[in-house]
Parts: sequence; structure tokens; C-alpha cells
Amino acid sequence: MKKHLDKDKESNKERSGAQCVIDGLTSAGCEVLFGYPGGAVLDIFNCLYDAPFQFVLSRHEQGAVHMADGFARATGKTGCCLVTSGPGATNAVTGLATANMDGIPMVCISGQVPSAMIGNDAFQEADVVGITRPVTKHNFLVRSVEELPSVIAQAFHIASSGKPGPVVVDIPKDIQRQMTEATIPEAIEMRAYKPHVDFKKEDVHALAALINSSERPVLYVGGGAIAGDASAELLELAHKANIPVCTTLMGIGAFPEDDALALSMLGMHGAVAANYAVDKCDLLISAGARFDDRVTGKISEFAKNAKVVHIDIDRSAIGKSVRCDLGVEGYLKPVLESLIPMVDKADHKEWVDQTQRWKDRFPFAYPGGDDTIMPQFVIEQICAVSGGKATVVTDVGQNQMWAAQHFNYTRPRSFITSGGLGTMGFGLPAAIGAKFACPNDLVVCVTGDGGVQMNFQELVVAVEHKTPVVTVILNNGYLGMVRQWQEMFYDHRYSGVTLGQSKRQRMERIDEGREYLPNFIMLAEAHGACAKRIFKPEEVAPTLKEAFESGKSWVIECIVEPEANVFPMIPPGQAVEAMINRSV
Amino acid sequence: MNNIINCLVENEPGVLARIVSMISGRGYNIQTLNVGPTQDNNVSKMTMVVPGDEHVIEQVVHQLSKQINVIEVVNMTNQRHMNRELILVRVASEDHASRIEIVDLATLFDAKVIAVQEDSVTLQMVGNQERICDFLRLLKPYHVIDISRSGVIAVCRESVDAGFEN
Repeated sequence: MKKHLDKDKESNKERSGAQCVIDGLTSAGCEVLFGYPGGAVLDIFNCLYDAPFQFVLSRHEQGAVHMADGFARATGKTGCCLVTSGPGATNAVTGLATANMDGIPMVCISGQVPSAMIGNDAFQEADVVGITRPVTKHNFLVRSVEELPSVIAQAFHIASSGKPGPVVVDIPKDIQRQMTEATIPEAIEMRAYKPHVDFKKEDVHALAALINSSERPVLYVGGGAIAGDASAELLELAHKANIPVCTTLMGIGAFPEDDALALSMLGMHGAVAANYAVDKCDLLISAGARFDDRVTGKISEFAKNAKVVHIDIDRSAIGKSVRCDLGVEGYLKPVLESLIPMVDKADHKEWVDQTQRWKDRFPFAYPGGDDTIMPQFVIEQICAVSGGKATVVTDVGQNQMWAAQHFNYTRPRSFITSGGLGTMGFGLPAAIGAKFACPNDLVVCVTGDGGVQMNFQELVVAVEHKTPVVTVILNNGYLGMVRQWQEMFYDHRYSGVTLGQSKRQRMERIDEGREYLPNFIMLAEAHGACAKRIFKPEEVAPTLKEAFESGKSWVIECIVEPEANVFPMIPPGQAVEAMINRSV
Repeated sequence: MNNIINCLVENEPGVLARIVSMISGRGYNIQTLNVGPTQDNNVSKMTMVVPGDEHVIEQVVHQLSKQINVIEVVNMTNQRHMNRELILVRVASEDHASRIEIVDLATLFDAKVIAVQEDSVTLQMVGNQERICDFLRLLKPYHVIDISRSGVIAVCRESVDAGFEN
């Protein structure tokens, strides 16, 4: 097979469409391709045999897309994945939607049935361009082999420029087999897509004037600051004018949380200080954030005393949900670079002191759990044992919020989470993708007993490639976040949220003697990982230490307080006054 | 209020579906939609009438602009522009008197009688949104059997759409 390919390459400058795919990925800098084969991509897999980059076989297409996503989030590089037609592509949809909501650069190649059979309900046919259209930044159905090299180059260009996002390239099987002399274009010219935006100087002047006349400014930093690599500039701006900084879930890591000006996360489960500061500020500067409903709560009350400035590369995000006194359309980094010299040095002493008092008075706290493990404690220990250096990848729900709250993030891309879509099952495969991207970093997946079961099969990938990931399961026997809402807003009627203890009485604690379903330890070991179940707070640190130092993939199942809740909490659609804080 | 939005798009397969899918996915409403070629073979013009307040329309314009195949979006309502729609309407007229009345009304609106049957008259009318509206209102007392509307199209009075090359 190999010989045959070599012969093909030598015979003339013609390449097959499949080879164009490999060459296009190579030329775009693909380092690792995650995927799953099938009938409609056999030709691409045939060429993949000789590809200069690594291929990683996931165990489900959703896993492959989350891995590519984790890879992209950990590095900023475009994640690459490859799936077959029909079910392969439909399985990828959740992963694409996840990346799309969070603006993650990704190119997903999918096979399609031969051109002549499209629309005939052929075996493993699905209208992938139709299905993925609303959950991608863009998609292509390739119509001829001649356009293929250029389409792949365009896909990478679109995925990584402007507000990044996933791009699907759907390639019919016959086109993969046809030969072409077409080459990868040197420059990409797209008539209708001009992602380069020169911000307006006068907008930045206006912003500087607002900052210079403000008494109580706050920076509200989103994922755009990480995508736009603007952390250094944010730090400089914040320090020059002494502006307190809060981040969204996606913005965590953009501003070091050990900085005196850091207010941590804002929003529904955000820090009291961050939410109070936004409520009381007279100027709110949004930097690459999109005013998600989990941040704003009741729109009419959000930052009601403030002038609101939106800085975003996505014009449609400016003024979308919250009023906007000044919109600055542009990439964050050059906007801030231009802004900083215009901003006067200031100390805003009274205001910064006020935010500090809120921080001191209302830290992220939780009730003590005598001899039960509190889930928040586990996160604190991950931070302590790793010396704050771990890259934390979360699943979705309570585990995600605790991981956001109780770890001190100090560098961009050290907190990886599905923010917009809130995709359960994201954590483990994304952690594996992040580990492929940063093999020297300690990657810890914080997950729950619900979410981890959605893509547990991917653990085998970490084991077989020796890309060790430490998975910490906070097992409370519930789908915890849903249970918390049922407790708080549905009169303790726990409906469809109990995991693994069918005979369990409501409110009953999980004890050592109980039989676990599934048995995560056996499950992890079946996948080739090391595993341990722990029950006592004093077991947490030593077990984490053992796992971190082992250089192996680990699953640590922490049996935690079953009904621990995430606080503070601003109930959905409500204002900061409605904040519930039963954390002590 | 109704806004007329002109959208220049690359003339490629699937672009119409892309636009329509975005509009419906984001919960916007389109009253009429018209798509046609332009003087540039690679560019099509879509004209849509979208009801909504200023905020909604601003979002529609931004979301359209964000589509990769969209070259330019102009809210014509904010420009000096002319708009026209063509309608074909078949009205019941079973007796001589009602036929006279209908033809009378048609004349007042510069509408043409394009077919006459024993029991109906078919009219063609071209006009701007207001005139079309008025005409249809005045036709209401008669029995309208069938109506086909082309959807509104519009051009700016002065400057040429910047999206075209040359």
C-alpha cells in the first residue's frame, strides 16, 4: 500500500483529493489530527498513513472533536479533526457547537458520499453542511477536486481569524479519489470575508476619556482576552489606572487571580466582590466578553450605575444584549496597546479599597465537612499540590463552578471549560487534547460522576498514547447542578438526578460500604488507568500527589458531600440583590 | 416597523439556505424575500423586508454581515431609496358592475388588467410598499381569490452599493 502511494507521488505533480487534504493540513501546521475512520474517508486515511503529523484515534467522534477543541484551547492553535460521513459527522455536531459557542478555532474534515449519490439517501449519508451550518462559523461542501486545496486553506483562515470558530469541510468520496494539479494558494483572497478590522482611533480616545474621568471603573474580561492574547496589556492597563478586574468563566486566566486588583469571576456563581463591583461601578469596560445571561442576570439591573463600553472583534456582540455607551470594534490587543498611553495614572484608592473590603468579607467559602470530603476542598488541594501550575479542564455543572471558584488561576489557557454550550462529557476528551498540546504540563480533569460517564471511553486514548491525564471525579451520587436547582427552586423534588444508588433513600449519604454503580475504579482499570476511591479529607492531598508524580493516567474518585451546593448564586434572571450566599 | 435590507452575497450554492437558516435560527422574521442576480455574475442581491425595532434590525444587519459569504448589508430604510413590489391578484367579479368597479380602482392605481374570465379579473400592479398596501386594502371589499407578490426590491437613489468591484 505504501509503495503504491509513493509511486503516485513520483509519477507527476498530480495529487489525489485525499492527498490534498493531508497536504493542506500539513501546510496549515496541523500537529495532531484527532478522528475516527469510516467508509467515506478511507482514501484520506490511506494518505494519512504517510502523513507527517500524528493521528489520534478517539473512541467516539464527539471525543475526537472535544480533543481537537482541548488542543486548541490549550495552545491557541487551530484544532484539527477528521470524521466520516453520516453518523460520524452527526456525532461530531455537539463538539462543533461547543467550539462554536466559545469561539475556538477548529477545522473538521468530514467525508461525504460520492457527489452523484448526494440527495439519494445513500448509505451513511447526512446533509452535513445543512446540519452543521448553525453550529459552525462556516462550512464547505467541496464540489470539485480543483477547489479542494484552496478550500482547506480558506477553512483554516476562517477558523483562526476574526472571532475564531469551527469550520467544517465536507468532502465527497469521489473527490477524494480524483486527481488534480491544483496547489495550495499562497495568499488567501476571500471577497466577502475581511476579518481584519482597524479599530477607530476616536473610539479609543473616547474610551480613554471615559476611564480618565471615571471614579469607579471595572474591567470585565472575557474569553476574547485569551483568544486575542491580550493578558499582558490588560495587566498593564489595570495597574496603570488601578482598575479592578473581574473575568467571565471563559476569561479565567486572562488576569492573574493572585493580583491585588483581581476580583475573580462574576455572574451567577461569581464572587460577591465581582458582582458588587459591577453593580456599583460607574464605568464597566467589557474586554472580549459577550454579556452572556449567566453573567448579566436581569439585564435592566446589570451595571445599572455605569457607562458600559464594549470592546469586541465581533461587531454583532457589541450592544447585543446590554446597552452600550461606547462600542470599540477591534482586536483587543492593539486596542489596549493604543489605549494604555492615553490613560492617566490613577489610584482610585477609595474604590479599590472598597472592592478589597468586599473581597476580604466575602471570599469563596464553603461549610466544613467534618470527615466528609467537601468538593471545594478537592479543588483547593489540586491547586495546592500542583503549586497552582496544573492546567485544569472541567466538565459541566457543579464541578465546573467549584473548579472556577477555588483554584487560583494565574496564566491564560490554564482553565479549560465548555462555557457557552455547557457540554457535559467535554472534560475528559478535552483534557486529553490539552495534554497532546502541552505534553509537559500537568493536566487535571475535574469532572462529576455524571459528565465523566458521557465520554469515559476516551480514557483509553490517554493511556495508549502515554499522555497522562489525572481525572478527578467529584462523586456526589447526583447530577449535582440539576439537583441543586431542584432543591432550591423545585421544593427538593429530586427528579431524574440520582446516579448509581437506585435503592438509596433521598438525602441519604453515601457510605464506604455501599456498592457503587458504575464502579469507577474497575472501569478506570479496565481502560488501563490507575485508580483510587477516597472518602476522607486527609486522603485527598496524598492521592493527588501520588497521581501527579506518577506520570500515568489516573482516575481519583472522591466520594464527596452529596448535597454540597455552589454558592454564591444569583438565581437566573435576577439581579445582584437576589444573591444567595449560604457558603458558611 | 418594516425595514428593507439589501444584502449582497457571493453567488454560490447554499448561500440562500445559510442566510435563511441564520434568520430563522435567531428568531427573526422575514416578511418578503427576493433573490436575484446583479451586474456582477459572482454576486447576488437579496432583499428582505424585516419587521422589528431598531435594536432587532441592528442585530439582523450585524448577524448578516458576519456570514462568511455576505459582501455587504445595507438597511435601505436608512437611505434615500426607491422600492417596488409587483403583485398579481385575481379578484372575483361575477357581474358587470363589480368588474367596472374593480377596473376603475385598478386604473386609479396604475394597475393593469392582465386577464379576464367569466367570473374573475386578474390585475398586475407595481408600486412601492405604501401604494401596494393601499391598493390591497381597497380591494378587500371584493373577493380576492388568489394573490402572488414578488417581494420588495429596492435601490439607493444616489450612491452605488460599495460592495461591487470597479
